[in-house]
Parts: sequence; structure tokens; C-alpha cells
Amino acid sequence: MKRIFLACVMGLCCWSGMALADNAVPTDTDPVAQKRAMALAAKLRCLVCQNQSIADSEADLASDLRRQVREQIAAGKTDEQIIKFMTDRYGDFVLYEPPVKATTVLLWIGPLLLLVAGATGMVFLLRGRGKEQEGVPALTPDEQARAEALLEGRTLPFPSGKGRK
Amino acid sequence: MNKRWLLLIPLVVFFVLLGFFLVGLDRDPRELPSTLIGKPAPAFTLPDLNAPEKMVSAQDFHGQVWLLNVWASWCVSCRAEHAVLVEFAKTNEVTIVGLNYKDKPTDAKTWLRQYGNPYAASPMDSDGRVGIDYGVYGAPETFLIDKNGVIQYKQIGPISEEALSETLIPKIRELKQR
Repeated sequence: MKRIFLACVMGLCCWSGMALADNAVPTDTDPVAQKRAMALAAKLRCLVCQNQSIADSEADLASDLRRQVREQIAAGKTDEQIIKFMTDRYGDFVLYEPPVKATTVLLWIGPLLLLVAGATGMVFLLRGRGKEQEGVPALTPDEQARAEALLEGRTLPFPSGKGRK
Repeated sequence: MNKRWLLLIPLVVFFVLLGFFLVGLDRDPRELPSTLIGKPAPAFTLPDLNAPEKMVSAQDFHGQVWLLNVWASWCVSCRAEHAVLVEFAKTNEVTIVGLNYKDKPTDAKTWLRQYGNPYAASPMDSDGRVGIDYGVYGAPETFLIDKNGVIQYKQIGPISEEALSETLIPKIRELKQR
């Protein structure tokens, strides 16, 4: 029952997502221009509902920006020119994928840095453990015998393994 | 072992993160830095709300410090700031131009009649194109433009009395003296 419900919810989400994307279909009949407009609209963030692209958003501003994209494609602008038009006005925030530059470099390489730091830490930790074990002085034959006796003695309360879990 | 202090690292990381999150709580994600600060105010030529045969352009205000207030009758927070603007306009401190953003002229006129008109001119940006040129993403927004037509400051959201007296007015006076 739960599964059916979940499937329904997921289905609805997909369906509504598709329905919204429909709004972004440019009115012009050129399929290549349509594809470009859709791709650009999916790359640009709607500034009103900040977690949606202008292709997904039904906000007024998003439809205005979609119109801008269509008009500029029709006017023969390149994708780069259109992206620049948007970032000139709204800043890099309008892009879902921020450009690599001094202020965003941490954003881009941050995860990698964390991975390297974690791996380095891990290596040191494991090495340290190995050294600690090496540092323990070897047992004399006498100590060895005592240790073995102790270990055997500990298993004695559980004859033939019964009662052990 | 003397490496005990290493155990404190997760705790330190935790507090650093906590600090970031606490600062983040106080920040408004809607307040985006404007890319237009320090750049010339985009040109526009639009019909005036109260006299549609007359065209208003950004060039008209060259040589003086002026405010470009983006407003609309459908904008709820514009109502909150409107009273502040009306009072401020009475002091004649600065020219206030009201960019009527994506509005119906009849609604906009009714609004100005009802709540007062602080604007020296109200260019009508019916399809929001000038708004896009100014990077407007939600009314009200207010741009402070200097004598050379350069945008010096942008207020996002309604102008409160504090924002006016503590930020805008000092900036306006400074720009006037330049």
C-alpha cells in the first residue's frame, strides 16, 4: 500500500515537472532554436523562486526571461552572448553552474580538498596504529607461555564452546 | 598519547560549521548583490504614467542625484514603503523616479491617488524589459544614482524608516557633495 502511494506521488511529481517544462517551449517553430532555448532556460536560475530554473518556474520574471532568451536566439545571438546578457544583469547567481574564478574556486575544489584531507588523515591514522603495535616489545618465551595460559584459562568457563554467543 | 588533541578536531569542525550556520540564519537569501553597482544606469525611454504622451528617460536626470524606485500596485511590500517615500518626498532631499513595473496604468493611477504620489515621474515599464536591464527580480527595489548617472547603491525590498535615515539619506548627502 505504502509503495503504491509512493509510486503515485513520484508519478505526480514527474508529471507536474513535465507540465511546467511545457511552459518553456518557445513559440517559434524552428526545432533547433526551441532546443537551444530549452537548454538555456534550464541553465538559468529563476531569481524569484531561487531553487528552480527559469524553464521550471512559473514566476512572472521567469517567463519574461524565457521571452528574452527566445528573442535573443531569434536575433541571432550566441549562447555565450545570451548568458552574458543575464550575468551582466543578475550576476553569476543566475547560473546554476557557477564559473570557475577566484571567488568560486573553493566551491569547485572544496570537495576534492576534503577528500584529500580525509584520505591523508586516514593514512596517518592507520600508519600510527601500525607503529604502536611495532613499538610493543616482543614477549620473552616465559611471558609468551604465561600469556597462552591466560588465554586458555579464559576459555575454560565455557567448556566445549557451549554457552558462547 | 600526546596526540589526544587530535580528538578535538571533530569538535572544532562542529563549532566552525555551527558558526557558519548561525551567520547564515541571519542572512536573507533573497538579497543578492547587484552587479550594476558602480556601473552606468541602463538607459530607458518610457511613457509617463500620468502623461503618456510625454517620454521619460534616464538621461533626463543626468547631473543630479536621484532615486529610481521600482514599484507596482500589485506589490504588497511596496505599500509598506510607500508611506515612507511620500513623507521623504516632502523634504525635497532628492528626486524620486518611480519605475512602474509590469503594472496596469489604471491600477497604478488609482494607487497613487489613494496613497499619495512621491514621484517626480513614473515611467511605465509595462512588459518589464527595463526591469530586466536593471536586474530587478522583485519589487520594491530602489537604485541610488549619482550625478554622472552611475548606480551607487541598491536597496532590495521595502525602504524602512531606519534604512532611509541610516543608509539612504547619508549616502544621498555624500553623493550630492561630490
